[in-house]
Amino acid sequence: MHVGLEHYLVVSGLLFCLGLLGVIVRRNLLVIYMSLELMLNAANLALVAFSRFNNNLDGQVFVFFIVTVAAAEVSVGLALIVALYRTHRTAHVEDLTTMKL
Amino acid sequence: MQDALFYLFAFLTLGFGLMVFANPFSLNPVTSAMFLVLTIGSLAGLFVLLHAFFLAAVQVLVYAGAVMVLFLFVIMLLDLKEEARRKFRRVAVGAGLISVGAIIWIFLTSLSQTRLTGSQPPTLEGGTIPLGKLLFTNYLLPFEIVSLLLLVAMVGVVLLSKKDLR
Repeated sequence: MHVGLEHYLVVSGLLFCLGLLGVIVRRNLLVIYMSLELMLNAANLALVAFSRFNNNLDGQVFVFFIVTVAAAEVSVGLALIVALYRTHRTAHVEDLTTMKL
Repeated sequence: MQDALFYLFAFLTLGFGLMVFANPFSLNPVTSAMFLVLTIGSLAGLFVLLHAFFLAAVQVLVYAGAVMVLFLFVIMLLDLKEEARRKFRRVAVGAGLISVGAIIWIFLTSLSQTRLTGSQPPTLEGGTIPLGKLLFTNYLLPFEIVSLLLLVAMVGVVLLSKKDLR
């Protein structure tokens, strides 16, 4: 059947839920961060699909900004992970229990 | 033909996205990073099908080419060896599946009950020139703010990676 907006939104929603599952299930900091990037990409896909099917270019400008902000966020987040690894020597979420009650 | 390409790229994207965190091959985060690069590539293919050519190029250049390379640099820098104790806690996996399944169910139900297709057929061509015109006229302020954001991020990264804050 002809591919419409709903197909792209289903793909975007499923990709977002896969990223969410990755954040919940995996215990390695880097894989959690990669699943977070997957969620951002799913939102990008939804925005581009809406922009195409509503004939409005604003969605693509938004995606442009999201990609830029995600790049800045990844660099800062990875610097944080490297600083954390220097003091704790671990990248496993279950070892980071300083703020636990 | 375009429908077949859409199904191919959608299947590849979801398959590689699943492999990012649930791959049965190895416990290395490098494998997850490789699968994320493939996911981003197939997502760029979906962007091309949506006639967003500039964004597809930006996706491959910036996301796959810079962000994922940064990820791989950091993975190589950290030199993780003790990923061997990857024991999936059953409670976490079960709770995750239930909650994500509920979100998927809510999403699909609401999608099937709304009429989404607009009245006019899609004719938008996301080339570089229209996007650039929009970026430099209507969205000039966010553009300048994003450049400031990149400067702030760079300063933050340099500060966070200093050995001693003296």
